[in-house]
Amino acid sequence: MAELTYREAVRSAMREEMRSDSRVILMGESITGYGGSYAVTKGLVEEFGPKRVMETPIAEAGIVGFAVGAAMGGLRPVAELMTVNFALLALDQIVNSAAKFHYMFGGQWSVPLVVRTVSGFGQLGPTHSQTFEGWFASVPGLKVVMPATPADAKGLLLAAIRDPDPVIFIEHSLLYSTKGEVPEQEGLEVPIGRASVVREGTDVTLVGYSRMLLQALHAAEVLEREDGVSCEVVDLRTLRPLDYPTVVASVGRTHRLVLCGEDWRTGGFGASLLSEIHDRSFDDLDAPIARVAMRDIPLPYSRKLEQQLIPASQQIVDAVRRMS
Amino acid sequence: MATTPRKSRPRAAARSSGALPHGLTAQQCRDMYRKMVQIRHFEDHAAEAYAQAKVGGFLHLYIGEEAVAVGAIAAVREDDHILGHYRDHGYALARGCDVRACMAELFGRDTGICHGRGGSMHLADASRHFWGGHAIVGSHIPIGAGMAYAMQYLEQPLVVLDFFGDGATGNGIFHEGLNMAALWNLPVVFICENNLYGMGATLAEESPVSDMMIKAEGYTMPAVQCDGMDVLSVYGAVQQAAEHCRSGKGPFFVEAMTYRFRGHSMADPELYRDKEEVRRWRELDPIPRFGDFLVQHRITSPQELAEVNEEVEAEMLEAVRFADSSPWPEPDSVDRWIYAKPIDPEATEEAPSMAGNPAGAAS
Ligand SMILES: Cc1ncc(C[n+]2csc(CCOP(=O)(O)OP(=O)(O)O)c2C)c(N)n1
Ligand SMILES: [Mg+2]
Repeated sequence: MAELTYREAVRSAMREEMRSDSRVILMGESITGYGGSYAVTKGLVEEFGPKRVMETPIAEAGIVGFAVGAAMGGLRPVAELMTVNFALLALDQIVNSAAKFHYMFGGQWSVPLVVRTVSGFGQLGPTHSQTFEGWFASVPGLKVVMPATPADAKGLLLAAIRDPDPVIFIEHSLLYSTKGEVPEQEGLEVPIGRASVVREGTDVTLVGYSRMLLQALHAAEVLEREDGVSCEVVDLRTLRPLDYPTVVASVGRTHRLVLCGEDWRTGGFGASLLSEIHDRSFDDLDAPIARVAMRDIPLPYSRKLEQQLIPASQQIVDAVRRMS
Repeated sequence: MATTPRKSRPRAAARSSGALPHGLTAQQCRDMYRKMVQIRHFEDHAAEAYAQAKVGGFLHLYIGEEAVAVGAIAAVREDDHILGHYRDHGYALARGCDVRACMAELFGRDTGICHGRGGSMHLADASRHFWGGHAIVGSHIPIGAGMAYAMQYLEQPLVVLDFFGDGATGNGIFHEGLNMAALWNLPVVFICENNLYGMGATLAEESPVSDMMIKAEGYTMPAVQCDGMDVLSVYGAVQQAAEHCRSGKGPFFVEAMTYRFRGHSMADPELYRDKEEVRRWRELDPIPRFGDFLVQHRITSPQELAEVNEEVEAEMLEAVRFADSSPWPEPDSVDRWIYAKPIDPEATEEAPSMAGNPAGAAS
């Protein structure tokens, strides 16, 4: 095991896969000389050159469309969209092109494309602080991955690049500098579509992903220490296809469930997850499913106001306390 | 086929036999004629089937524009790549896709070229390097550029033909695609079918310039305009464009001036244009025009042309019969092909495998 930051883990997945597969190319805005707006691609153009690490114009729809075409032509493109807020400009290409071609053309070809993008906030104001994984996860034809740890970031990105289908890989800006143990063996995948139970418990299940997984783990510690409540924590890792059996099995053990997300309460990913678990686990539940989510408000700039809205471990603790 | 020019037609003499334009052979000319007739008859039958409610959804006919797809696609290699917009029957037939499978796709049958998943607007045949009808206006423009990048990267001497309409040039994605193609010097021919309308919008309503090739200039892309009602004019323009691309000189823009004789789709009452205008353009019908040329140049005879029409009509009747009698897709197959590699978390609850795949990508 080596200790890597989440940022280094993402980078090392790209580097390893580029070394072993010459079809893999990267493209994105300011990903070469600048090193990427979150410095993820730093050093890669030096190793692989500008034909494989392509500096692009500021053209999100064009970038994804181009990457779709490159994939159809035999390459394995990894397109970086600076943040998920800008991915909105590329929604058409993601939803109507990448996600549709395999189905619509009767399985004649697939689109092996990874779109890497970033969620997060930090006084960036309403247009730069949004979280849209629920939108992507609602689209059949896409696979949606949101790693929480460096090991998963690396292993899932390797799996995503090798996957023949389009994968939306959403990183989190507040996780980039977090550290964790990552297996040293090169090319080790973490499979897409598998959740993991990262902490075992008996009283309540906390389901999270990406940054909210860390918040759930923190809440679990607080609840154990202060309330003697034993929390089981599930990391979804992949939002589509979603590993319902792992969640259902956990609810079968704990009979209580809190869904932890960062996106808006209305129409957020947790809403559809809640409805599905309600259908599957109703008889196992001893309490209504609780949700932690962003209030339906654009995220403001002011530090005070922003902090008031960002979902964090305290809301998870409160939700569990309200249940018992 | 060598022909002896008639004394009374000196101009024709200059262009006959070995002197056919653009290095074309007589056989290639006859093939192009047949392809145009195929498209025309295919569209007539599609319209008829639509009227009988055997074809549903949106149906956009290519009638009047046949010379564009046929001339352009004849001018490139069989393995050069083709993408086009939703008015796509012409590209498919010009590329030699199976007529019966195309018709069956319109009928929504399992024997359809996309097994009934795509319909009229989404024909495709990867085995013939025809990568689809694309129904989001302009969306396939950067996709074509990306395919061209793959050709350049993989050092394949292939070019991409990317067809779209005048209306598409108003969309941002058109500009993003052209910008990248020019920036990276990619082997893609952008073919704008300027048929004077984007659905019900006239050129004057949708664009500050009526010549779409002007829009290529800002991207330093060479451009030519050709007569989209003349298959030879289109052939010549695209031949020049493809040579330019193939020799590594970057993208090329071809504007084909053309006209659709029918409405935008079957649902179009055509309130925005007058019948006189349609009549004038119909006089330029590319099929009799090319037929006359072939007869004048003794490449074929009126009888042979009539035979072509009969053969094609028989072929289309058979295609309709085939489509109409083909099975529907199995209901159970409805969720097939959502993914190339379906992952079913429900299938097993066993612990995730940590097996690596260092050899690189699967498939
Ligand atoms: C992005 C998008 N907007 C609107 C439409 C609806 N629409 C379909 S075809 C069309 C007109 C396109 O005109 P043009 O590009 O000139 O092609 P033509 O139909 O004339 O061949 C419109 C507006 C669409 N399919 N996609
Ligand atoms: Mg038009």
